[in-house]
Amino acid sequence: MVLNLEPISVERDLLAPGHRLCAGCAETIVVRQILHAVGEPVIVASSTGCLEVATSPYPYTSWRVPWIHSAFENAASTISGVETMYRALVKRGKIEDKGLKFVVFAGDGATYDIGLQFISGAMERGHRFLYVCLNNEAYMNTGIQRSSATPFGAWTTTSPVGKETPGKTQHRKDITAIFAAHNIPFVAQAAPHAWRDLMSKAKKAIAADGPSFINVIVPCQRGWRYAPGDTIELSRLAVDTCVWSLYEVVDGEWRLNYYPNPKKPVTDWLKSQGRFQHLLKPENKHVVDILQAEVDRQWTKLLERCKVS
Amino acid sequence: MKRDPANNISVTGVPSPKSWREIPIGGVITDAGNSEEYHTGGWRSFRPIWDWQKCVNCKVCWIYCPDGSIRIRDGAVAGIDLDYCKGCGICSKECPHDAIKMIEESAAEAEAKVKQ
Amino acid sequence: MTLQKVKGIPVALEGDRAVAEAMRQMNPDVVAAYPITPQTEIVMRFSDFVASGEVETEFIPVESEHASMSACIGASAAGGRVQTASSGAGIALMWEVLWVASGSRLPIVMHVVNRSLSAPLNIHCDHSDSIGMRDAGWVQLYDEDVQEAYDNAIQVVRIAEHPDVLLPTIHALDGFILGHSVERLEKLPDEAVTEFIGTYTPAYPLLDVEHPLSYGPMDLQDYFFEHKRQQAEAMVHALDVVAQVAEEYGDLTGRYHSLIEGYRLDDADFVTVMLGSTVGTAKCAVDLMREQGVKAGLLKIRCFRPFPAAAVAEALADRKAIAVLDRSLSFGAQINPLCLEVIGALYSHGFAPKLINYVYGLGGRDTVPAQICEIYQELVRIDREGVTGSVLRYLAVRD
Repeated sequence: MVLNLEPISVERDLLAPGHRLCAGCAETIVVRQILHAVGEPVIVASSTGCLEVATSPYPYTSWRVPWIHSAFENAASTISGVETMYRALVKRGKIEDKGLKFVVFAGDGATYDIGLQFISGAMERGHRFLYVCLNNEAYMNTGIQRSSATPFGAWTTTSPVGKETPGKTQHRKDITAIFAAHNIPFVAQAAPHAWRDLMSKAKKAIAADGPSFINVIVPCQRGWRYAPGDTIELSRLAVDTCVWSLYEVVDGEWRLNYYPNPKKPVTDWLKSQGRFQHLLKPENKHVVDILQAEVDRQWTKLLERCKVS
Repeated sequence: MKRDPANNISVTGVPSPKSWREIPIGGVITDAGNSEEYHTGGWRSFRPIWDWQKCVNCKVCWIYCPDGSIRIRDGAVAGIDLDYCKGCGICSKECPHDAIKMIEESAAEAEAKVKQ
Repeated sequence: MTLQKVKGIPVALEGDRAVAEAMRQMNPDVVAAYPITPQTEIVMRFSDFVASGEVETEFIPVESEHASMSACIGASAAGGRVQTASSGAGIALMWEVLWVASGSRLPIVMHVVNRSLSAPLNIHCDHSDSIGMRDAGWVQLYDEDVQEAYDNAIQVVRIAEHPDVLLPTIHALDGFILGHSVERLEKLPDEAVTEFIGTYTPAYPLLDVEHPLSYGPMDLQDYFFEHKRQQAEAMVHALDVVAQVAEEYGDLTGRYHSLIEGYRLDDADFVTVMLGSTVGTAKCAVDLMREQGVKAGLLKIRCFRPFPAAAVAEALADRKAIAVLDRSLSFGAQINPLCLEVIGALYSHGFAPKLINYVYGLGGRDTVPAQICEIYQELVRIDREGVTGSVLRYLAVRD
């Protein structure tokens, strides 16, 4: 699936400008890429979060396609209802089958934490929808609180750096593998700098006969503490340091999409953001060692799963 | 009469708030994509300056713009929509041909005044 | 004018099954529900109808009640007819999204089988669940018996979907007491139900991709209050619509149940007021008291939200003494929710009769005619002695 920007860039964005996301926010970069890949007719559901509030301050909306937000945790259930009603009305001949597609955009808090059960339920039931996690690794909308997607050692406002704790003291959970374990047709990780990879994954996901999930890392300049213009550079660095890996699980088969060469040390990643600055102090070297060991362990596990030697 | 729905101020400056009888029920917004009416360009402290002579139309800036502010006309990059550009600088940083540079918004505004 | 009544079909059903039967006849587009005692029979029976093809409904077997209401919200916004059923803890788990449903003006119907709220755990009837959602913006009807559970199950669809209302709506039947009790009732022929509920045309269908809508925006100081004011107005309209739909349903079936109903009320000096199945028990007590020469009567509140204040005030004006029976307890309140409404209705219409409030039947505690006779005797005493004493009382709890 070779994607070319020539034909895509003449299409209208399905997300209008005038939204209130921060300058340099990766969320709308990803939303634009995914909606260009998926195309109309599409219905979008969002969980509560940055994207939701910034694209819908009443009486404004940035959505040029039908869009629904209900609450924080329940976007997967909400889209289950929308998708089911579509099937019901088509079946009963009340509306025409226009090949509608269904996409959820939700943050990592909504996905890893408060919404996990709802997503799991919707995936088990087999609704046909693409769930995109816009993963900025913390609760950014409420002011940078730790989530179970926050990496080990990161500063957040609820995992502050103090005498007793060097930032977050737990590793993040592997939610992508958890959804892969639901045996749904398509699961992937992606990053906005690799737009071609991301958009081709969105196309595969939306074509899947059942639920699909894409976990996208979205650098957050406010929460990660970096200059807004560096968003794409950080996306690239995340992948080159293996703190974020690009892969897909298609019908249960794991495939690696990118092998960084050279694989950069995690310290390159830490140096790039204010949220890790405390880790660069000599007394926190042991924390960096733990983080590097975890990154290596996860990378090795991924290579094994993808049968890459 | 054109209104700015955010603060219910008509263009004449007379407040014209809508009553509960005049708006759709349930908080539903029927005017899809009307955030276009809200210009975020005022947030900008740095302005991208696009150099058409260096631009090769690769559209990397377009795919990475968070605000859909890279103008495409007849299939080619045609500049930057300053009504919405928040000045993040991603386009400048990612342009493989160094065709977009960021300058301070205040300097750009001063320059524009001189030209007038 | 002679009314053209449809001949009913006599059947014997438990309350849950009667509701499921009504759901089969209504054949909604989507049902999303999660099993919980004592509502479980509804979900089980309806699943049978889906499995056998007796309905065309798409059933979403959700993983929780929060998900069931969330899926109902998505399905209803999409633009079709949606129903669910729940009880007790299930409704408590839905609490957040009950408000989303009403705030988004989605005419979802929920069949509530009343159950107490933990802790300690109790699966039996009281009204803590549905009374607990009284401020969530849902229209609420209460069922006296299985027949009315069936009748209300059908009427609530018309109420919810009325263009002047567009609010989610419940009707509540007492768990086990009605839900699991077999009674004789008359059901309507399928086609009469189909005709009565008619077709539903959504005001704002999300599935209309030609006219993209945004549902559930962030709504701050500028407009949130206006949207709440609209909801309040819809409740005002609902009062008329509940009465109109009841009238129309009465013309169809001969069974007229409006906002409130009196029993031997016209000349009654002593009146009890209540919701739900205890009305039947209290009717028995009224008859017993009348045999003893006490002018007893009762007022049944069928519609609790919106509260028919004017009708209640008119019905209770100039009585010698009144007892309001609440099957839920508002801890720390001076009086309990139903009584609060009744007093408010009386006060705002210029009446101040002697009045007491009983909390009764929590966690399924049995309420029998003899206990209600004691209430009437207490009302007689209050009138005779002219001293009300403590307003808040507890019926049949061991001291």
